[in-house]
Amino acid sequence: MAEANELVKLTAAQMAEKIRNKEVSSRELVDAELNVIDAAEPDIHAFLHVSADEARAQADAFDKKNAAGETEGLPELAGVPIAIKDMIVTKGIETTAASKILEGWIPPYDATVITKLKAAGMPLLGKTNLDEFAQGSSTEHSAFGPTHNPWDTSRVPGGSGGGSASAVAAFEAPLALGTDTGGSIRQPGSLTGTVGVKPTYGGVSRFGAIAMASSLDQIGPVSRNVLDSALLQEIIGGHDVRDSTSIPMDVPPIVKAAREGYKRDLKGMKVGLVKQLGGDGYQPGVEARFNEAVKLLQDMGAEVVEVDCPHFDYALAAYYIIMPSEVSSNLARYDGMRYGLRVMPPAGVPQTAANMMAYTREAGFGDEVKRRIILGIYALSAGYYDAWYGSAQKVRTLIIDDFNKAFEKADVLVAPTSPTTAFKFGEKMNDPLTMYMSDIATIPANMAGTPAMSIPAGLSDDGLPVGFQFMAPQKHDEQMYKPAAALEAALEEQWGGPVWQSLKTPWLKSAK
Amino acid sequence: MAEKLMKYSDAVKEFDPVFGLETHVELCTQTKLFCPAHEEFGAEPNTELTPVSLGLPGSLPVVNKTAVDFAIKLGLALHCEIHEWSQFARKNYFYPDMPRDYQISQFDKPTNGNGYLDVELDDGTTFRVPIERAHIEDDAGKNTHVGGADGRIEGADHSLVDYNRAGVPLIEIVTKPVEGGGDRVPEIADAYMRAIRDIVRALGISHGRMEQGNMRADVNISLRKKGTKELGTRSETKNVNTFRGIKKTLQYEIRRQAAILDEGGEILQETRHWDEATQTTAGGRVKSDANDYRYFPDPDLVMLHITQEHIDEIAKTMPEMPRERRARLQKEWNLTDLQMRDLINADALDLVEETVKDGASAAGARKWWLGEISRVANERSVSLEELPITPADVAEVEKLVAAGKLNDKLAKQTVTGVLDGEGTPDEVVKKHNYQVVSDDGALDKAIDEALAANPDVAEKLKSGNMKPMGAIIGAVMRATHGQADAKAVSALVIKKMKG
Repeated sequence: MAEANELVKLTAAQMAEKIRNKEVSSRELVDAELNVIDAAEPDIHAFLHVSADEARAQADAFDKKNAAGETEGLPELAGVPIAIKDMIVTKGIETTAASKILEGWIPPYDATVITKLKAAGMPLLGKTNLDEFAQGSSTEHSAFGPTHNPWDTSRVPGGSGGGSASAVAAFEAPLALGTDTGGSIRQPGSLTGTVGVKPTYGGVSRFGAIAMASSLDQIGPVSRNVLDSALLQEIIGGHDVRDSTSIPMDVPPIVKAAREGYKRDLKGMKVGLVKQLGGDGYQPGVEARFNEAVKLLQDMGAEVVEVDCPHFDYALAAYYIIMPSEVSSNLARYDGMRYGLRVMPPAGVPQTAANMMAYTREAGFGDEVKRRIILGIYALSAGYYDAWYGSAQKVRTLIIDDFNKAFEKADVLVAPTSPTTAFKFGEKMNDPLTMYMSDIATIPANMAGTPAMSIPAGLSDDGLPVGFQFMAPQKHDEQMYKPAAALEAALEEQWGGPVWQSLKTPWLKSAK
Repeated sequence: MAEKLMKYSDAVKEFDPVFGLETHVELCTQTKLFCPAHEEFGAEPNTELTPVSLGLPGSLPVVNKTAVDFAIKLGLALHCEIHEWSQFARKNYFYPDMPRDYQISQFDKPTNGNGYLDVELDDGTTFRVPIERAHIEDDAGKNTHVGGADGRIEGADHSLVDYNRAGVPLIEIVTKPVEGGGDRVPEIADAYMRAIRDIVRALGISHGRMEQGNMRADVNISLRKKGTKELGTRSETKNVNTFRGIKKTLQYEIRRQAAILDEGGEILQETRHWDEATQTTAGGRVKSDANDYRYFPDPDLVMLHITQEHIDEIAKTMPEMPRERRARLQKEWNLTDLQMRDLINADALDLVEETVKDGASAAGARKWWLGEISRVANERSVSLEELPITPADVAEVEKLVAAGKLNDKLAKQTVTGVLDGEGTPDEVVKKHNYQVVSDDGALDKAIDEALAANPDVAEKLKSGNMKPMGAIIGAVMRATHGQADAKAVSALVIKKMKG
């Protein structure tokens, strides 16, 4: 048996292979990860809840089946453990969305993606941290304390999926699930040097994903390499009758595309450089890594063309109308009436339903969540609806048109994922508008429902990871998996191995 | 303080009432509008739930196709335009029994728009009620206020919420402002509500039972001075749930508003409540700061696409509509308008039709349902359908009569037995050993005794005056405990007198 420290550094696909070859059991993997979690959590705080007992039981059940030869036909990643963003509902395991208002809530049902992971025999290690209700770009808005970036614990891991990204980056889990509304999988991926994918909107069921902004939310994979994300997306993707917005079609051939990509031949592929995503506001180190990566794509035979998406300049503004509008409605249900926190009015205040709701929300929601609810209520109000929500929806249509035109010229679009590398705690906390700029390059894909992913493109001058983003046409996720895998292979050659090799991991030494 | 009212006849002389109805019809689909929970009237509280019907975090609605088909059926029956694309919107407001704190309804893109319904009035004329829209939405749960004197929220010390009804599909039928009704406004509204009830039942899309909350209406009305054109300020009386209440609400509001306007006062735009106990409406919240529902398209639901082919398919399954059916039955059963109306008003049309189908004559079926059975239903304050007697039972009694096995009196006793829960007509007949006695020997003695006991009657009969025959038949009936065949008795008496 390999050393635990070496086991956790394997990719998910490698772990799966060892399981199939009976070199390692699912239980051994789970125990190894739990040991790393024990060692890393005091510094990282990627998890809100570690479901150790459940994970061990799931691993044991899988190993028993595997020994009996009953795992034929299960997905390739069968038996590999995974961490889940606490925005996704897990039966019997506390799910809080990092909000005090849901503290202690034990869901009576599983999200569709969880049902699929369980069917695939994948043990759930626990629930990862996030900005409260996925609202934020740094994971500082978690009601239960921030997550730290494993590359530099004085820095944020990005958000809202900072917990999932850090868990994977710190080797606490080989895989994680995130949710991406405006970049919440890709931007933390960029800041932590992990692969993060937002599939086509409707490509993965949202049933059981706590809604932030329904028309933008999407569940997707977090991993340390492109193939792992493809293998995971293949498991969680596909049509779900319980989600009206789920697309009635099969998962695109993404695993095949990723494997094809590793051959590093991109002849005939047209890569579109988005004119609007770069330049002012983008850190020089980020731009340098981006440009080098584009060159690598060209070296592999891709033709690079510039594409003009003029309405991307308005995407952030429109997003901050549509998203809070949906937030204000989706979060209305947290009223203290049926589950979660209930705060009764103090003595002397009438004990009415409305007062109970007001005191509950005052105590249960953090500042950022309150800010967005108020924004949304304003934008949807009679008299303002057309000016705000109506206009934003029109901008959204124009952004979709931009994408459609761009995809006439290119098979896949590219841009830096985040304009900067990981920033320090508190740096943007008191300036919401600056914080919102973190998602400027990821938001267009959510507005159009197109698939997008971020892969590590190396380290900036500050020694921190830089993310490289691919965007593909709707329902054609495979078109980004191929060049992403190719670029990953080329970058590994250039950097002498995967980006995470440069990560200092003192906690791994102390792990048993 | 009692409100000032104008005499109804004076009010409608001075003012033209314009009214509108928003009728909520609960659909009888197997499952709720957006999830596969069942909903059964009278089920244990909070037993008919799924994560979706409780609005749990992460749950998503998926529209029930049957509910949409039901809406299309209703749209066809109400001559509506059925829109190719319709959309669900969120109506955002807080109510303790509304799990998501928004209702999913249709706003600017309803499934059915612009239709009409012709209703028949008592004088045989027809009035056309224009319909603005008929849209699909989901219902809220039910609050029970505990600890107060009268079950109202005022004075209660806590409230219980039952979410069983939450998510049950409704269709809301909204009329356009109905003008030109004059003094017949209450009658038109009543006829309209009954017509809607009959249509939804005929379509099989709702039980249409007001008393079980399957149907309820918000009643809008405003008055305008005769000869003027501008609509007046309206009042809206919420959730009236009896036919009588709707009629009375309109009568009361016409009288109340007329009294205010007559004195130069102004009508407040407000929601009011119908009080069944006092037969009056009472003011509620004044709509000075109208509720802002912040409607927007529900991003969890894709737009509904209804193709013409689908509408055509549903059109093929449409049953005969109540008006046509009535005309046909009236002709088949050879009834006068008045007789037909009596049947309809007694809610006995379906029952009589079924009884006839089960083999009874129309006259016989009508006699039983409107007579003895209606009387018992009134006595027990229940609907005909709730009584433990079926059309098949009534048809069976009729057959026994036709076969001469029961006379009128025994038939009535048999029906009473069935109504008292003694079983089927056959079982009741067996239990009490009801049988017509027409056997000469058995009757002879009773007739002789009756004649002997009534010598003056016997004298008259002997002299050829047959008028007092009934007295003898009655006496014989008493003596035989109602089992004598009256025809046989009559024939025997005549024979004796001649002999």
